[in-house]
Amino acid sequence: MVTRDVTTCAVGQVLYTPWCDAHGKVIDDGTVSRLDERTYRLTSAEPNLRWLAMNSVGLDVTVEDMSARTAALALQGPLSRAVLEQVSPADFASLKYFRLVHTTINDIPVTISRTGYTGDLGFEIWVDADAAVSVWDSLMPFTTAYGLTPCGIWALDLARIEAGLIMLDVDYVSSHHAIIEDQKSSPYEINLGWTVSDTKGPYNGRAALRALKAAGNKWGFVGLEIRWESLEKLYAKRGIPPKLPTIAWRTSTPVCVDDGVVAGYATSGCWSPLLKKYIALAHLQAPHFGPGTDVWMDINVEHRREQVEATVRKLPFFDPERKRA
Amino acid sequence: MSTSRYDAIVIGGGHNGLITAAYLARAGRKTVVLEKRPVLGGAAVTEQIFPGFKFSVFSYVVSLLRPEIIRDLDLPSHGLQILPLESTVTPLDNGDYLAGWADPDETRHELERHSPRDAEAAVQFGRLMHHMAMAVKPILAMVPPDPASLAPSDLKGLLKFAGHFRSLGAERFHALHKLMTMSSADYLDEWYEFDPLKATKSASGIIGTFLGPRSPGSAYVLLHHYMGEIDGAFRAWGFQKGGTGAISESIASAARALGAEVRTDAGVAHVIVRDGRAVGVALANGNELHAPIVVSSLDPRRTFVDLVDKKELPDELLSEVSRYRFRGSSGKVNLALSGLPSFTCMPGVGPHLRGAISISPSLEYLERAYDDAKYGEFSRNPYMDIVIPSMIDPGMAPPGKHVMSIFVQYAPYNLNGGWTDAKREAFGDAVVNTLERYAPNIKSLILHRQVLTPADIERITGLSEGNIFAGELALQQLFFLRPSSRWAKYRTPIRGYWQCGSGTHPGGGIMGASGRLAALEIVKAT
Repeated sequence: MVTRDVTTCAVGQVLYTPWCDAHGKVIDDGTVSRLDERTYRLTSAEPNLRWLAMNSVGLDVTVEDMSARTAALALQGPLSRAVLEQVSPADFASLKYFRLVHTTINDIPVTISRTGYTGDLGFEIWVDADAAVSVWDSLMPFTTAYGLTPCGIWALDLARIEAGLIMLDVDYVSSHHAIIEDQKSSPYEINLGWTVSDTKGPYNGRAALRALKAAGNKWGFVGLEIRWESLEKLYAKRGIPPKLPTIAWRTSTPVCVDDGVVAGYATSGCWSPLLKKYIALAHLQAPHFGPGTDVWMDINVEHRREQVEATVRKLPFFDPERKRA
Repeated sequence: MSTSRYDAIVIGGGHNGLITAAYLARAGRKTVVLEKRPVLGGAAVTEQIFPGFKFSVFSYVVSLLRPEIIRDLDLPSHGLQILPLESTVTPLDNGDYLAGWADPDETRHELERHSPRDAEAAVQFGRLMHHMAMAVKPILAMVPPDPASLAPSDLKGLLKFAGHFRSLGAERFHALHKLMTMSSADYLDEWYEFDPLKATKSASGIIGTFLGPRSPGSAYVLLHHYMGEIDGAFRAWGFQKGGTGAISESIASAARALGAEVRTDAGVAHVIVRDGRAVGVALANGNELHAPIVVSSLDPRRTFVDLVDKKELPDELLSEVSRYRFRGSSGKVNLALSGLPSFTCMPGVGPHLRGAISISPSLEYLERAYDDAKYGEFSRNPYMDIVIPSMIDPGMAPPGKHVMSIFVQYAPYNLNGGWTDAKREAFGDAVVNTLERYAPNIKSLILHRQVLTPADIERITGLSEGNIFAGELALQQLFFLRPSSRWAKYRTPIRGYWQCGSGTHPGGGIMGASGRLAALEIVKAT
């Protein structure tokens, strides 16, 4: 059903993949974990149970919704491995990127996958909902020694934009929700062309995706780096230093090319305190999505509509070696 | 004897030297940086003084590093990562505390506890200091024009300067004038009534300077500490992940990526001058390197007295440099701790340990600390600015253990009888004893203690008299007078010999503006 070839997924491996409708337009994206020989776990941003049930007719598969019974806790950051090594007997040094291990945290059975939504070294802990609080309590003693800090979506949003990771309903609209055709995206249009298998057997949207690939991309999903000098100049006109967003914004924002023609739109953006850059994620029409292309993004400067210079960048913005190492 | 040829040689691998080298390399010049120590960074170094514990040995926080340098050299991709230092807590002698937090509302509530009037004034004061920082900002990016000169470039600079001041308006210009000339205590008296608040704020006005909070000129030093910015926010201070040495390493990495060569253990004995022109340097090991441009990032005394022969320089410059004020006034105590200190005013672990702790309970306390120094003694009860970097970056110490950085003032360079090992330890004892009054468990936590006097700072980094700003930030040593009236534009009387250190405009702190402006001048002129 998904665009990637899950037969290549070994036991203990995790695949990131979108899934599409018959027209090759993305419904949702998530991970497929192969928990054992015959059990897989699919995560999604939204409930997909009805769609899965409808598409599994005639297949030798049982679909079970684990959402209410499963808790997930993301432990992310450069020291996440060091923290897990304190509470779990598993060999985290040899746990590779996008692999999982069944183990325990202080004797509580858990599954730990080396996955996450931050683009840094990190893990996700999967546990029975009943034991979730105990897992949390097992980690909290490490707040001071390892700088472990609870964080929510405001912090996560910055990290995922730096990592160039898309968010459903923010950076793209599910084809199940789209009111008009223009709101839908193919995997190729949201930077997920790499997840579309050329070789696997029939799956939802295969024929349409082949046609879309052959036709070439009309849209690209890219990073924008807002030029500081341009931003500073716009604010200086009003006598103030640039006001930087302290949390990520999620407002669709027009992006123009040189002659003032709208060539696309940015969907999320933030000041990256890590990279010291004002960055955004944007959809741009061909031929304007090549890295290095200069564009203009709408911006509200002290209640006035202005346009700030930006440069198209390849995603991700932030990609430390330790993420995969 | 081996010789090598370069377009430019930079003496000193401190942050300014590295920045100059990076910009010269970016302009296509074949550049080498020579650092005498095995570690880069000058006073911005991270070292393991005690196994497993990393110390920002000298300079320990960052705010002033110019954003244009961060952008031009793309320092974040070379490891620059500044973590916010969000709070300041001042323990008071009555067991209470005064705190400033990251959240303005929380700070306001806290100030209201002590003085509702000051809580209101703080908002207005913040606004004025914002304007002052905005007023000074363009000057930081400007080669200082000489007001006594009629050269077209000077006139153009002065015109720009005058235009800038006119645009401030009378109110702000007057405020700026006061800041440039008053004492920090007098300046703060105009705003606040709660004494510990005035004391804590005025402390920024004495740092690195042989002045008390009631000495005229200290208000400028206060402003100097306000004009830094992080992510567009003025007055924001931060902590570099891995210590301040990691800032130096990130600049060095950027410089190397741009093609510069960076050498350590490469002390320079002297600059080779032929027919009034610098042609290279002789290394301490006897080797010579040749280049038509030689740039010294060292302070004015090292640059003009130690590195070149007196006969190459005009007497007036030599006499100015001999009177240039260094007067190191601060020391540093670095502690490796087995656990966290518990402050009587805020017992146990809490967010206050992630920010600065200021030992500045009253203006009189600070002034008395200065009194000791005026008469040649270190302060028995010194002013201290304390941070616990391992609370913000756990990588600085083994898990559960901590490093504490204590900036201490006053410790005069010219101590009565001179600094000895015994005096150094007595100074360290005074610091720990004073701290113990506020954090009674501190002594039981100390695994290792490193005490640095101004004499140690001079011996290790080369900064004359241990002055952390490479020369005091005094009005007569700023702008077109830094370091000398005729040689304030990074040039020297010796052709091809340039200066780029903190002893030049605008100087002081891990700012890098001197290094950048010097490189831009060199590229323009050669």
